[in-house]
Amino acid sequence: MQETISFTPQLGTSAITGILWLIPAVPILASGVIALLKQPKRRTAATLAIGSLAFSLILALIAFAHVLSGWAHGHAVRETLNFTWFQFGRTNVDLGWVLDPLSAVMLVMVTFVGLLIFIYSTGYMAHDENYTRFFCFLSLFAGAMLGVVIANSLLLLFMFWELVGLTSYLLIGFWYLKPSAAAAAKKAFLTTRVGDVFFLLGIVWLFGDTGTLLFYNSGAGSIESHALLGLLIERSAFGLSAAGAIGLLIFAGAAGKSGQFPLHVWLPDAMEGPTPVSALIHAATMVAAGVYLIARVYPLMQAGALAGGTTTALTVVTWVGAFTAVFAALIAVAQNDIKRILAYSTVSQLGYMMAGLGMGGVAVGMFHLITHAFFKALLFMGAGSVIHGCHEEQDVRRMGGLKSDMPVTFITYAIGMLALCGFPLLFSGFWSKDGILEAAEHFSVSKGPFYMLVLGALLTAFYMTRQVSYVFFGVNRGAKNAHESPTSMTVPLGILAFFAIALGAVGTPAWPWFRSFLDGRAATLEWSGFSEPGLAALMVTSSLVVFLGLGLGWWLYGNRSPQPEDPDVLESAAPVPWAWLRDRLYIDEVYTATVIAFYGWWARVADWLDRRVWGGAVAVVAWAFGLWAQLNRFLDTNVVDGSFDKSCEELSTGGGLLSRMQSGRVQTYLRLLALAVVALAAILIWSSRA
Amino acid sequence: MNPLTGYLLVAALLFAIGLAGALTRRNAILVLVGIELMLNAANLNLIAFWRYGPHPELLTGMMFAIFSIAVAAAEAAVGLGLVIQIHRHAHTTDLDAMSRMKG
Amino acid sequence: MSIVFYVIAGLSVAGALAAVLLKNTVHCALALTLAFAGLALLFLELDAQFAGFAQILVYIGAVAILVVFAILLTRGSETPHETVYSRNPLVGLVTAAAIFAVLGWAVLHSSQALPGPAGTPTAEPQVTVMDIGNALMGRYVLPLEIVALLLTAALIGAVIVAMHEKEAAR
Repeated sequence: MQETISFTPQLGTSAITGILWLIPAVPILASGVIALLKQPKRRTAATLAIGSLAFSLILALIAFAHVLSGWAHGHAVRETLNFTWFQFGRTNVDLGWVLDPLSAVMLVMVTFVGLLIFIYSTGYMAHDENYTRFFCFLSLFAGAMLGVVIANSLLLLFMFWELVGLTSYLLIGFWYLKPSAAAAAKKAFLTTRVGDVFFLLGIVWLFGDTGTLLFYNSGAGSIESHALLGLLIERSAFGLSAAGAIGLLIFAGAAGKSGQFPLHVWLPDAMEGPTPVSALIHAATMVAAGVYLIARVYPLMQAGALAGGTTTALTVVTWVGAFTAVFAALIAVAQNDIKRILAYSTVSQLGYMMAGLGMGGVAVGMFHLITHAFFKALLFMGAGSVIHGCHEEQDVRRMGGLKSDMPVTFITYAIGMLALCGFPLLFSGFWSKDGILEAAEHFSVSKGPFYMLVLGALLTAFYMTRQVSYVFFGVNRGAKNAHESPTSMTVPLGILAFFAIALGAVGTPAWPWFRSFLDGRAATLEWSGFSEPGLAALMVTSSLVVFLGLGLGWWLYGNRSPQPEDPDVLESAAPVPWAWLRDRLYIDEVYTATVIAFYGWWARVADWLDRRVWGGAVAVVAWAFGLWAQLNRFLDTNVVDGSFDKSCEELSTGGGLLSRMQSGRVQTYLRLLALAVVALAAILIWSSRA
Repeated sequence: MNPLTGYLLVAALLFAIGLAGALTRRNAILVLVGIELMLNAANLNLIAFWRYGPHPELLTGMMFAIFSIAVAAAEAAVGLGLVIQIHRHAHTTDLDAMSRMKG
Repeated sequence: MSIVFYVIAGLSVAGALAAVLLKNTVHCALALTLAFAGLALLFLELDAQFAGFAQILVYIGAVAILVVFAILLTRGSETPHETVYSRNPLVGLVTAAAIFAVLGWAVLHSSQALPGPAGTPTAEPQVTVMDIGNALMGRYVLPLEIVALLLTAALIGAVIVAMHEKEAAR
């Protein structure tokens, strides 16, 4: 048992917090500069991207050191810098950033793993002609993700959240000329959008109730105790308090981004993107953003929980997470694409993280997030190395025997795989997963999640063994001249492998540094930590489960190398369940039949309305105008022109009549003259007479 | 009756006859004949007024009449020359046939 | 009004009527001459001897001859017409009658105002040719010169017309 002395809070602003904004700003700026470069300037682009992220890493390390020193001196650091963005009426909209243990570890993880992946990309994307554009998007993504991490305002977080979603779309659809890639990018964006709608609702509700979106604002923040009290009092539907309801809405957004059931459908398709993208975004960072969000608003989720109990919101999170863990693990068993197996594995592990958050708190979930980031990135990069070495082959049934052709890749991949399975004691995955299982064992609501997570662990070991034996053992059924990858790709693999092992040390019960660091307590190395009741039994149980899974996998697949045309071993045993699993349990088909079909119907209705009703109205108006124009033409031709022509005719006739006076004969003119003279004389005489 | 009145009436009658001839005869020469008669009637008017008017010693009427005679002679000459010229062109002196200015 | 006046007046009017009414154009010209003679006698009756003799010299001696010449020169190609009068002679007659009516009415109406020997006979004016000559060279020198110019222009004009005639005939 560790001492539970709480640290003294250290609030306010320090020099580090003042320049914290540079951490996301510099990569975004670098992205802007790279966007203006021409395509051939590959080295400049790569240098800019890697340089900016290295700078962010240095700053993140400084910030981490600052928090660490604060922790070492017994302070619970939470420094913020808030400012008003704009005002409307008497309401302020504030933004700001926060530096506390949670954001500090996340900053270091994101920048470090990101930097390694950037370096890896210089080797992986070397043959791609859109190299420059790739680094532009990568940089933009890195900046956006770092923005999500440091945000102290839910609004600022949401803005960067959307930016992360956008860059994910751009990167998944990087090879946009491939129709499947473009479709996958669209699917990712739209599916996460569904979650984001609920997220936005939650934000608006929170703002309406608490009047601020800042997390921490010296007691006036939206998740600080004063606001939470108000939210707890307000009741909403289904017996939830407002805090719980808002928490669930925010969880909907996190579920979309982190691929929880039923919004997981985009993640496997997102493997259309280049492998560094899969490693960075869909293993380590972006999908972790959802988990990070829940960790950030944890006070909200936990509000109203009695000592030792939990809230409805957290229960929902737990069940969804546990279900997703098993669900995705089942599907992963029957997949044949090397990256898809890893994708479903990611979904499953995210379920673990969510369950960990729900049952064990911030530290439990976050620890698994950190360890998972390292070994999943390692696995994805290793898969990328394998794909690169097998000349863009991605089907595991066409690989095999690569352990001798690609030794470095094999060793690092094996380390990652064992960490993922949770191989006891040596690997970080064991300690982080055990933390979750321990919390699940003590879950007051039900033991269901515990059993589901254990089953999930078994399945994880099983399908990873299957994958590794297909890829690295047996006979090479594919490209005959597979080669090891260049140093720019293998060195990051090595570094990540090291951390996949080493990180376990900070999470053991003997020295729970990570948990203490996040919770703001002291941590000392005590071997008596292992003697906690039930802990030993749990460790043994989980180890047995892992061994069972590994053994089953090896027994069924081992060194055998079935040809691609042959059915899988399990397929021959149970063809119908295998078919279900291989077809991803028909979730996509269900969506197509319901949501997409409804949308298609609705689009047809709208089209009909547009063409017939509005279009008809327009056509009627146009016809009326045409009629009016005809009438005008008729009037113009017959009435106006006619009358004019008639009058001209009359004039002409009159002129004709008058012209008869011009007979051309002199005597006629003379007569007229004489008559005129007579008339004139008569008038004159008459008038003078009068 | 005043003798002047008599002369004036005679002049008026001659004028009317001359006008009738100018307006009704077909031959162009006879139209000129009518015009000469009209001029003569006017001369008669002038002389009559000179004789019976005040200040006959001023000779105004007489002078006027003499000049009128001179001008009439010149006019008759040119006019008849033109008629002859027209005759050479159109081979007729019939005024009714000369209607090229008909409009 | 003396008998002489009525006779001479009648002569003149008869001549004028004949000039206008006769069919044969030569007869018309001769009747015109008679009318001119009558007018000359009227001038003499009015004590305008110079005007009378000028009338005889110019009109009978020149104008009438010219008319006869013109008639004779344009005679050959005349085709016999149905009538010597132009179309609608009535209009002309009516017009002339109207003119006579107006003039006659004017004269008769103002006969009281006209000077004349209604009561007091006016004396004969003693006019000599010398007086006329003096007047021509004195008071009326400008009209004299202008008339001279006019006569010259008429002469030259007639010559030119005659010359063009010759060219056209060739």
